[in-house]
Amino acid sequence: MTNHDAGHGASNEIVTHEPGALPDRFQDPGHPDHHARLGDNDPKANKKAELQVVALFGISVIATLGFLVAYFALPPGDTPESMLRSNLALGLGLALSLLGIGFAAVHWAKALMNDHEKSEDRHVQRSSDENREAAVNVLKEGAADSAIGRRGVLQGAMISALALFPLAIIVPFVGNIGDDWNVSKFRHTMWKKGTKLATDPSGRPIKAADVTIGSVFHVIPEDLHEAEHPLDEKAKAVVLLVRLDPADLTEAEDRKGWSYDGIVAYSKICTHVGCPVALYEQQTHHLLCPCHQSTFDVADGAKVVFGPAKRPLPQLPITVDDEGYLIAQSDFTEPVGPSYWERLAR
Amino acid sequence: MTTTATPTPVEKLAAGTADYLDQRTGVGTFVKTFARKIFPDHWSFLLGEIALFSFITILISGVFLTIFFVPSMTEVHYEGPWAAMNGVEMSEAFASTLRLSFEVRGGLLMRQIHHWAALIFMAAIVTHMMRVFFTGAFRKPREVNWVVGFTLLILGLAAGFSGYSLPDDVLSGNGLRITDGVVRAIPIIGSYTSYFIFGGEFPGQDLIPRLFTVHILLVPGIILALIGLHLFFVVLHKHTQYPGSGRSDKIVVGYPLFPIYVAKAGGYFFTVFGVIALMAATMSINPVWNYGPYDPSPISAGAQPDWYMLFLEGSLRLMPGFTEVVIGHYTLSLNVLIPAMVVPGILFTLLAAYPFIEAFVTGDKREHHVLDRPRNRPFRTAFGVSLLTAFFILILAGSNDLIATHFHMSLNDITWAFRVLIFFGPWFAFWVTKRICLGLQRKDRELVLHGHETGRIVRFANGEYIEVHKPLDAHERWLRVQHEAIRPLEIEPAEDSRGVRRKGYGLDRLRQRISQTFYEDRVEPVTPAELAASHSHGEHDAIEPTTEHAPAELTGAVGGGQHLVDPQDETTADGRNR
Repeated sequence: MTNHDAGHGASNEIVTHEPGALPDRFQDPGHPDHHARLGDNDPKANKKAELQVVALFGISVIATLGFLVAYFALPPGDTPESMLRSNLALGLGLALSLLGIGFAAVHWAKALMNDHEKSEDRHVQRSSDENREAAVNVLKEGAADSAIGRRGVLQGAMISALALFPLAIIVPFVGNIGDDWNVSKFRHTMWKKGTKLATDPSGRPIKAADVTIGSVFHVIPEDLHEAEHPLDEKAKAVVLLVRLDPADLTEAEDRKGWSYDGIVAYSKICTHVGCPVALYEQQTHHLLCPCHQSTFDVADGAKVVFGPAKRPLPQLPITVDDEGYLIAQSDFTEPVGPSYWERLAR
Repeated sequence: MTTTATPTPVEKLAAGTADYLDQRTGVGTFVKTFARKIFPDHWSFLLGEIALFSFITILISGVFLTIFFVPSMTEVHYEGPWAAMNGVEMSEAFASTLRLSFEVRGGLLMRQIHHWAALIFMAAIVTHMMRVFFTGAFRKPREVNWVVGFTLLILGLAAGFSGYSLPDDVLSGNGLRITDGVVRAIPIIGSYTSYFIFGGEFPGQDLIPRLFTVHILLVPGIILALIGLHLFFVVLHKHTQYPGSGRSDKIVVGYPLFPIYVAKAGGYFFTVFGVIALMAATMSINPVWNYGPYDPSPISAGAQPDWYMLFLEGSLRLMPGFTEVVIGHYTLSLNVLIPAMVVPGILFTLLAAYPFIEAFVTGDKREHHVLDRPRNRPFRTAFGVSLLTAFFILILAGSNDLIATHFHMSLNDITWAFRVLIFFGPWFAFWVTKRICLGLQRKDRELVLHGHETGRIVRFANGEYIEVHKPLDAHERWLRVQHEAIRPLEIEPAEDSRGVRRKGYGLDRLRQRISQTFYEDRVEPVTPAELAASHSHGEHDAIEPTTEHAPAELTGAVGGGQHLVDPQDETTADGRNR
């Protein structure tokens, strides 16, 4: 190993040469001198470092015992406070137990173990030419032993067999994993002619008279809980109901009959990627999806006014029954929720 | 020493065990080769260790959790100590999460350790990857290991996402709903892919058990195998080292595995685990009992996914909706496809492919074991920073609602600002970073040629004031001149001596053009000749400023370019990169 002084000498040498005689690049001055630590020369500092390591291990032992005491003495209990206390006591015990060991080991290594750097040669990854040649020969020998090159039919049979056998695993896997693969279920929801609009989650039917101007209702079909898979149905059928001043409402010609006295119902599933569009701003009549901020104008056919959604929220045609309860006129007239490839295909 | 003395019982036992093992496994050869293997030391090498140790922490806490978690979507009514949820209908997955949090002693601690460790695991992977990228540790022979590491990053995302969704709370449920929406946007097979994942319509009955298998078996199994491969490559290639005197591509300088790294890395594992335990003890994470079980109707405003998913969220938020198009009867949702698949696709492809692109345009076939200082590779550093800038802009865009509420700004304006920034930010970051790198290289040249400023002012007899500069010592100088400035590729001309156009010229020309983009702007390291020229000039001044030179020196002094180098007073080797 070269040391600091040798490097110094080399630098002086460079300065005294004529520029033309100098090398193109500087030379590596070699490994610098080792800097002694405090404990390397001073036995007292060395002993002190050792005691520190011992103390750190000691802290760990005490913390583990503390953890065990906390485990038995502080059950989580029934209140948030007792749960918090239990978690804090156990966590601090565990943390100190681990950190004691960690700090002790690192301090030991840094302060007490030999800190002279060593070096080792590197070797290129590439095999030597002889080894490469030998490898090729070994493969050639093996290929010759199997005579694979001359047996074309066997080759074909083997490849066919290997290519086909995974079907025995893949076909049942794919066949079953997507249930019945009937993706046309996306098109329909539980809503049908006469289904009462009920509040979510209580399931209480809503009377038109109870909906005041400016109020919002989160709505489910009244018979949702009778469905085979209520959550699956709910994921498609949730509706947001708003009553506007009929003067504020802009309605398309073909949808004039879909609202009732300023009450409009729209699918709550965002047409972007399907979050529930739940934030209604009364002043602007805007509905905001909290996931990606698509904004829909409830007063104007729930058209998109901002954000990543393209299509308006589908509207549920509603009316009232004889008793004054809000009911659906039919299912949604288009698939609810995010777009998908065959959404408009017949 | 011990061979001559009488062996103690412990030594006898150890020798006996070693003999037993060696006769059956030949472990002695292995120990001889690896026990004192040399590893270089640097704080930035610990980033990868944090990833490894947080993963072990995840495994330990994860095994604990699997014992008490029930991966089922069967609906139950909760009865337990958490009063707010009593009687609420929820899946068994959610109910068992509450039980293991509140009734299993230490369960909440383990759950919080698991989640914090997962966040730290991903953060450590990303920062470790940044270290590897900016120092050029991915160069030959380590390109394959870069790809292994990249795959681990993707698997880490998969592990995090699948685990995050398991408690079946309303927040993660909406995350799955978004996943469903994104999957459906895939052309032609989107609806079927959604059925494939959910076992029918969203949310279905199958998802939690499926995610559980993915989360505790499939993904961690592959991660473990790839971590093994990753570390095998580290041992095979021997670790890279930072430049410095006495270090080259031919040797590795550092400390032996046993005992230094056994103690340091072992201690570091306990430290990482300990810090995570401290976080879990004091900081609540993902309190699902406040969110409630999944229900497709409710949602909370200001909800954020775990940090490593935020960039996707931001990407989705920025995309304007008009890009959804209908072709014939078929819907192509570019407003979802571009942000959720194309954007991350570009980011990740560039990241994975960068070592190969750089090797292609550099035309360098040598092995590299000494790391680059980021300033010495301005294009690479600037490129990396611009990728990170794009990533962070998307992360911020994923928090645009929180920015709006905290700073009382218009959400729409913020979104528009980010829409513009995502195009210009990375370019700007690239330009600034490259300038900074070139500036730092010039600073290095300046230091090597003229030394450190000392603040000591000397007045000559003729009235001229001069600041004394200390020349660098050989070690510090070496650090600043050891690198090669890579020059753009030279290629063979298009036509040979007989005027025949040669094959492959087109590809070579492309390669040269990209190479020029990479390496046209560069600052070459100081050569011994340049230093000698500068020193002879300085020493001349120092020895005797003659009257003949005085006018020239005076003008120099006015311009501030004049200085005096004191060759006897070198700096210490503190500039060495350790």
